Formats: sequence, structure tokens, C-alpha cells
Amino acid sequence: MEVKPFVNGIWTDRVDVRNFVINNITPYYGTHHFLVGPSKRTQKLWDICKEATKEERKNNGVRAVDTETISTISAFSAGYIDKENEVIVGLQTDELLKRTMKPFGGFKVVQKALSEHGVKPNKAITELFSKYVKTHNDGVFDAYTNEIKKYRSLGFLTGLPDNYARGRIIGDYRRVALYGVEFLIKAKKVDLNNIQGPMTDAVIRLREEVSEQIKALKEIIELGAKYNLDLSRPAENAKEAVQWTYMAYLAAVKEQDGAAMSLGNVSTFLDIYIENDLQEGLITEVEAQEYIDQFVMKLRMVRHLRMGAYDEIFAGDPTWVTEAIGGMFEDGRTKVSKTSFRFLNTLYNLGPSPEPNMTVLWSEDLPQNFKDYCAKVAIDTSSIQFENDALMRTSRGTDDYGIACCVSHQALGKSIQFFGARTNLAKTLLLAINGGRCEITGTKMVDGIAPCDGEYLDFDTVMANFKTAMKQVARVYNDSMNIIHYMHDKYYYEKAQMALIDTNPSINIAYGIAGLSIVADSLSAIKYAKVKPIRNEEGLTVDFKIEGEFPCYGNDDDRVDLLAAKAVADFNNELKQLDVYKNAEPTMSVLTITSNVAYGKKTGATPDGRAKGVPFAPGANPMHGRDSHGAIASLNSVAKINYSDSQDGISNTFSIVPKSLGANEGDRIENLASILDGYFSRNAQHINVNVLNKETLLDAMEHPEEYPQLTIRVSGYAVNFVRLTKEQQLEVITRSFHESM
Amino acid sequence: MEIIKTEDNILHVHSVESFGTHDGPGVRMVVFLQGCKLKCLYCHNPDTIDTHGGKAYPIEELVQMAIKEKPYFGKKGGVTVSGGEPLLQSKALIPFFKRLKEEGIHTNIDTNGRILNHFTEQLLDNYTDLVMLDIKHMTEAGYETLTGAKNKETTFNFAKYREASGKPMWLRYVLIPEITNKPELLHAMGEYFKEYKTIEKIELQPYHKLGIHKWEALGWDYQLKEARENTEEEIDAAVLVLQHYFKEVKVN
Repeated sequence: MEVKPFVNGIWTDRVDVRNFVINNITPYYGTHHFLVGPSKRTQKLWDICKEATKEERKNNGVRAVDTETISTISAFSAGYIDKENEVIVGLQTDELLKRTMKPFGGFKVVQKALSEHGVKPNKAITELFSKYVKTHNDGVFDAYTNEIKKYRSLGFLTGLPDNYARGRIIGDYRRVALYGVEFLIKAKKVDLNNIQGPMTDAVIRLREEVSEQIKALKEIIELGAKYNLDLSRPAENAKEAVQWTYMAYLAAVKEQDGAAMSLGNVSTFLDIYIENDLQEGLITEVEAQEYIDQFVMKLRMVRHLRMGAYDEIFAGDPTWVTEAIGGMFEDGRTKVSKTSFRFLNTLYNLGPSPEPNMTVLWSEDLPQNFKDYCAKVAIDTSSIQFENDALMRTSRGTDDYGIACCVSHQALGKSIQFFGARTNLAKTLLLAINGGRCEITGTKMVDGIAPCDGEYLDFDTVMANFKTAMKQVARVYNDSMNIIHYMHDKYYYEKAQMALIDTNPSINIAYGIAGLSIVADSLSAIKYAKVKPIRNEEGLTVDFKIEGEFPCYGNDDDRVDLLAAKAVADFNNELKQLDVYKNAEPTMSVLTITSNVAYGKKTGATPDGRAKGVPFAPGANPMHGRDSHGAIASLNSVAKINYSDSQDGISNTFSIVPKSLGANEGDRIENLASILDGYFSRNAQHINVNVLNKETLLDAMEHPEEYPQLTIRVSGYAVNFVRLTKEQQLEVITRSFHESM
Repeated sequence: MEIIKTEDNILHVHSVESFGTHDGPGVRMVVFLQGCKLKCLYCHNPDTIDTHGGKAYPIEELVQMAIKEKPYFGKKGGVTVSGGEPLLQSKALIPFFKRLKEEGIHTNIDTNGRILNHFTEQLLDNYTDLVMLDIKHMTEAGYETLTGAKNKETTFNFAKYREASGKPMWLRYVLIPEITNKPELLHAMGEYFKEYKTIEKIELQPYHKLGIHKWEALGWDYQLKEARENTEEEIDAAVLVLQHYFKEVKVN
């Protein structure tokens, strides 16, 4: 295949988008001053979208919902916001912000979500899923053991993707633009033909999966036809490249409602087409920005049908359309292009927004102008996050990757991820102190842990018990994951996304932990102070009395920071021992989404002095208010968690008041860029940056209508602050806002 | 009056801020030293005044803290000693700054310029990349009212000494309506320093009342209660005056 006018390479004959990009990229080192504002058409469209989202908020979070159709790639006729002003077209349904049923993850969940909005699924569909069709959720619960159910219901394992779609898989959506679907079908057919016996389970399964993928590709062509787009052929100009890429992504979010549906790393790929059209005089900067603005606008309008309870773990109705921007190539060139800037510029042209979840891949070697612009955007919008490109690129073996969900590295088109939610490590520690019993119900969870009888907790005894508890929790966690992913593949296979990924990709399973700072501070208290457990008549701890002082995680103090790093390494090591479905490689994250509030509720008092029910700190953050030595000491503590022990990501949410970042805009930009250089030079992996005054948040709680676009980074993603529950809003406000006065 | 006993390898520290952005160029570790001989009416760190107390930090421990922060300093940042009045501990600051310079870390002293002895001279001449000199008031009466101490000339002599060394200096000036923010005082300051070559900028610190609760916590009477904060126009007007005389006027 030859596509003029691009430089040919390996990509010309076989699917290899990275090779296309490295052969054709125009790295950009200049400033942001070339950027332009939104076009009139874009402004008109965005006004309609803003009105629609306002209606959505007024109407209990759902503007419209379809109860008659099972959403598939080709379901629904074409939908528009305002056709004559749309340069980039396509909606999930025939109507803006209409949510749909994707029942293969679990029909009861769909029913529940609909009933919360006073509607029911169509009768025929209800009958179908009640009597004849089995879902992922049905399959999982058929296979779950009593033990797994116990760990789940008592809150040791939380947020497992057993009643919602797992998400996290990133299709290489660029492929549709670069190759056209016909070429991709041909390649998949060759793959299918090469998958031959002996017919083991794995081989049979793979043949079935590839066949499903081919069907999905054909459906993508159908989807395009509804909008009069011929997706069977490659994109021929910039507008088509954006459109084709979006259509591929749209296919995924029509078919799947995975918790996180990342976009990948499309900006610099698209830049190649845009740069070419600009060079040839076919378009101007106005059109270039218009394509990106409208593309991003569409991404902001992606919706899934969720039930209320889902909000506890994933607050604010996120979709995680995560786009990774920037970074470096292995050959030392930067991946930053003008379109990297154009993506970030949408946060001005359309205002701040949590979606798409823009993630800057930071490297010390990035062009200084780009660093400064990113810092400026973070300061102005609190809408972007940063991840350590040098660390991930060198340790994960590829420079062409996206960010799955919040913070996780994923090689594009080459690997996928099984989402594993997380375990509550603070409750696991309490098992070690309560003879293996749940501290709240007294239920026996783990055998072989003697009760800690002494008046004061003994550090060595607690550590030994903790290790035993970790081993058993890891075992049950692993069991649940194997069941979940087996069933998800069986009943809700991501055929549209997998069609855009190499056949038989490598897989990593993304385990997670919550409560790290509590564990670290608790162990520190036990080690450096004297901790007396207060027990009820059943012998369960209800409180802890601490005598003396102890160092807290978040102050760059090795005595406690290394306890945190060790807890991560130890639990990861337990998980590594266990075999995973499809031979997935175990990895782990320190990440909580917004479930740090829910986790806190389910966790009794802890030896660090935290009372029962108090929210955890998010992700790998130090506990609120305990990081008393300033921002850098806090960052340095988090940076001590080894990425090699937590390759799925280590999330840190950093909030600072503008004044503390510097006296004026120039200082703030320079200082933030210095912080990012410093933090990542210490091999930290991720940071969310909020530059906000608490007063703004308090005012937004009082007058939400005045802050429809106020965005705040939480753990690995961003939310519209006004869409959080009161409880979550208060939790955000009590977090450490670094202030140096 | 007692003088803090500074052992050779110990600094008496009130607190350490790992992320200072208002005490010198770039991102800085700020070591607030304990003890000051002045008692400025507006002091926002009154708990650093008492020359007794503070936590005794071995110098090498502070150096190690700075080394761990070094990656964040970028091209401009470094370590600032503030206070309190850091030069009360000049002797111990010499080995501290010497070590910091060995580690390639930028050093800065935030001072009222009341002390100029041979330790201070050695510290300034050999190890101090930047001095931020606090100009309290341009009249002797004003100086005494604000600080409780006599002889403002000490500070000006300190400025002369730094100027003669040819090494960089910033001035700092707390802007209080009707007390220090008066055109004649600002002009007087400008006239006094306009020939100085080493002054890179002057930083204005608009008066704020955030420190009051600390005075109350110490059981002290806050005497500047009647003072008010500047309006934006008052700040702008002061900047305009000073721009006649200084290369850069920055509002903190």
C-alpha cells in the first residue's frame, strides 16, 4: 500500500502506526503563539453542548436515555449536534447526550440504572436477557466462590469490574485513518488463517476472537456509511484523518461502556496530516484548530448509562477518554508537534473540562516552550495530569504508548490490560491486628493469624501477621480476577477495540491497592511510638491510643517512607506469585479513583490515629494535613515508591494555591515546570496538578450554577467539581492544599 | 542580653519549608532560623523572634535535605536562610553555605542587615550568592517605631558593604499604607540606592494581617491592629514611583 505524500517505511506494507509517525513527524519547538481561538461554527456547537449539559445536570444527570435498542457499533442512525456547523461528525446515538443500554456487561445493572431514572428496558429485551441471554455479570457470579463474595461484600476487595465493563483496553484508533478498514480486515483474515491447531482452549478462543474482530471491522464500515463516510479506505486529508480516528473511537464507545475508554496517543499522528494540508495550502490554522476543537467536543459528549452506586467509586460520571500528549522517541527526538499544543488549546477554546483526560508525557528533554505551555495550562485550568515519560519509555520497552484509564502505561496496538480495581490494604493491615478477622463484623477472613494480645502492638509481630494477611488477600484477589476476565472475554468481548490491536497481544493485569498512606503511618506509629489497641468485648479493635511521636509519610523521612515502599513491594510480590488467566503479567497500581471516600467508610479505626469511617487519602498521597514540611518533601516521599513494584501506576494528586506557586504568572509557570522536572527526576511516575483556592471550591459548593466547567483533578482523572456529591466535595476540600506563607 | 550559642555544626532552626517560592529566585528550600533582635510591629513570624529555643539541626542534616531537593531547584532555585534573623548565626552559616556551594546549590540570605562582623563578612564574600536586604524605614524615627531598635544606618552600611563586593543584592520593603507606603519615603529610598550597581530588584511585600493570630498565640499585643492592607491602586502607585529608580520592581 502506498499513501502519498508520506515517507514510506515498514508501515507501508504492514500495520505499524509508530513507524508511520517516526517517519513523518514534524517536531515542534516553538511557542504557543501560533494558536488560534475557536471558529464561529465551533462556538455555535459548543453553546448547544453547554445548554445540553446544563439540562443534563438539572435532570438528575441524564438528559435522555434509549430503552429500545441494544447499543452496538452500527446501532442508531446518524446523530448531529447541529449538522451545518459540524466539521467532524458522529454521536453515540441519534441524539446528543442520549445514553444507551449496553446490557452484555450485566442486565440487572442496566435495569437498575434505568429504574433510577423512572424507565424500564423494552419488554422484548427484558425477556431476552431474563431468559435466554447470559451476561458477564451472570457468568462471574456463577463462578464466584463464597470466599470471594465475602471479601467483596466486606470491602476488602472493592470496585471489581464484575457488574460493569472492565474497560482499560485502548484500540489503536489511528489504524482506521492510516490504513482504512478494508486493509485491516485483510490483515486480520491472514492472522485468522495462521491460527492453527492443535486446538487447545487458547487456540480455539483466539480463533473465535479474531472472527469477532473481523465482524466488528465490517460494522465500523457500516457506521461510517451512516454518516456518508467511506471508512473502508484510508483517510486522504487532515479532516478525514481526524474524522476516521474519531469514528474508530466512536465504534468502541457505542459497543462498550468500560469504566475507562482511553483514546491513546493520537495528537501527533493527526499532526502529520494537518501539517501536510497546511504545507499544501489546503487549510489554514483556523481549520486545523477547528478539527481538533470539534473532535475534542465530541469526546466531551461521550456518555454511558450508569447506576447511582457506581458513583461511589467513579465519581462525577467520568469516561476516561485519556489522551497522552508529548513525550520523546527512543531516538531522542521529541513527539511534541503543533497538534500537541492544539489539543491543550481546546481547554481555552472550549473552556476547562475533565474529558478528554489530557495527560502530558513529561520528560526533562521536552522542548522548553512546550513545558512552559503545559505548566500554564495546568495553572489556568487544573485539567491536565503529568506522567514520567522517561521512566515508562525506558522501563516498559516502547515509546508508542497511551495511558489506560488514569495512569497506566499501555503500548498502543501491541498490548492490553485487564483492569483489576483494588484491594483495601488498610483493612488488610487490620486483619493482622485482629487475628485475621474483619475489624467491623468479626468475620474470620484469614486463618493462621494469632491475636495480638499485648498491651501495646509489637512491630515485628504485626509485620509477620501482615505478611500472612497479604498472602491470603492476594490469593482471593487473584481468584476473583481470573473469573472476571474469563467471563468478560466470554460474554462481553471488546471486539471493536481488539480489532484495532495486534492479534494475540501481550496482557498485563492491573491489580491495585488503596490506603497506602494509612498503612505506612500505622506501621510507623507502631514502630516509633507506642500504640495501644482499644478492643470491644469481641476483641476487635475500635480505637488506638498512641503514646509518643512518629514520623508521617509525606515529609521526606526515610523511616516511614521506606515502610510505604516496602508495603507496596511486599504486596506486589505476593501477587506476582499467582498465575493469571491468559498468562497475563501481574502489575499493580497505587490508585484509588474516588473510592477513597467509600473505602474510608468501610474501614475501622487504624493505628495511625485515623478514626473509623474517615476517608483515605487518594492514591499514593500522604494523609491529609500530615505532610507538614511543604510540597517538595511531600513529593519526595511519594517518589520513593518504586515504579518497578507498581508498574500500573502510582498516583499523586497535588493541590496548591496559586499564590504559593509564585508571585506572578511567569514565576508560577517557571516554578511548576521546575517541580515537574524535579519530581520526575526522582523517578516518580504520575502527578495531578490543581492550582486552585479553597475559597473557589467553597463558593462552587454554594453556587454550582456559576461553575459549570470548574474542573479539578482527583486520583488519576478530573471531574466537574459540581458533579461530585457533597461528601466527595468536602473530602476534596479537606485535602492538603500546599500553602507557603 | 544573651546571645545564641552557636556550636560549630549546629543551626537553631524554627522550621524548614521545602517549597519556598517567595524567598528568592525560583523554587527554594527555606530554612527559618530562630531568633531576632528586632521586634517589627508587622512581623508575620513572631514565633521566630525569641532567641532561645528552636530546634538544633546538625548542618549536615540540612545539607542532605537540600541535596534531596536539588532536582526541583531548576536553573534558579536553591536554599534561602531566613528567620528570625539568620545573621545572628553567621558563624555556623559559614560551614553550612560552604557545603551548599560544594554541592552546587545557590545560596541566599534574607536579612535585616543589622550584623556586620568578620563572620558575616566571610559568609557574604565567600559563600552567599544573593542577599535580600530588608529596608524597614527611611527615617530614624520610623525605623525605631517599626522595629523597636535604633540606628537605621547599620542596615545602610550593610548595603554599602555588599555593594562594594560587587555581588548581587535584592531589596525588600514592606508596604504599609501611611506608614511606609508614602511617596516621599519611596522617593527617598530610590534616591538613596539609585547609584547602586548590585541591586537587581526591589521586592514589595504588601502588608497583610495573616500573622496576627501568631501574636495572639504568643500572648503578645499586636500593635499594628489599626493598620490596613493596601488597595491595588496604592500598590500600583508605589510600583510606579520605584520604577524610576530600580531595574525591576516586583510585588510579592
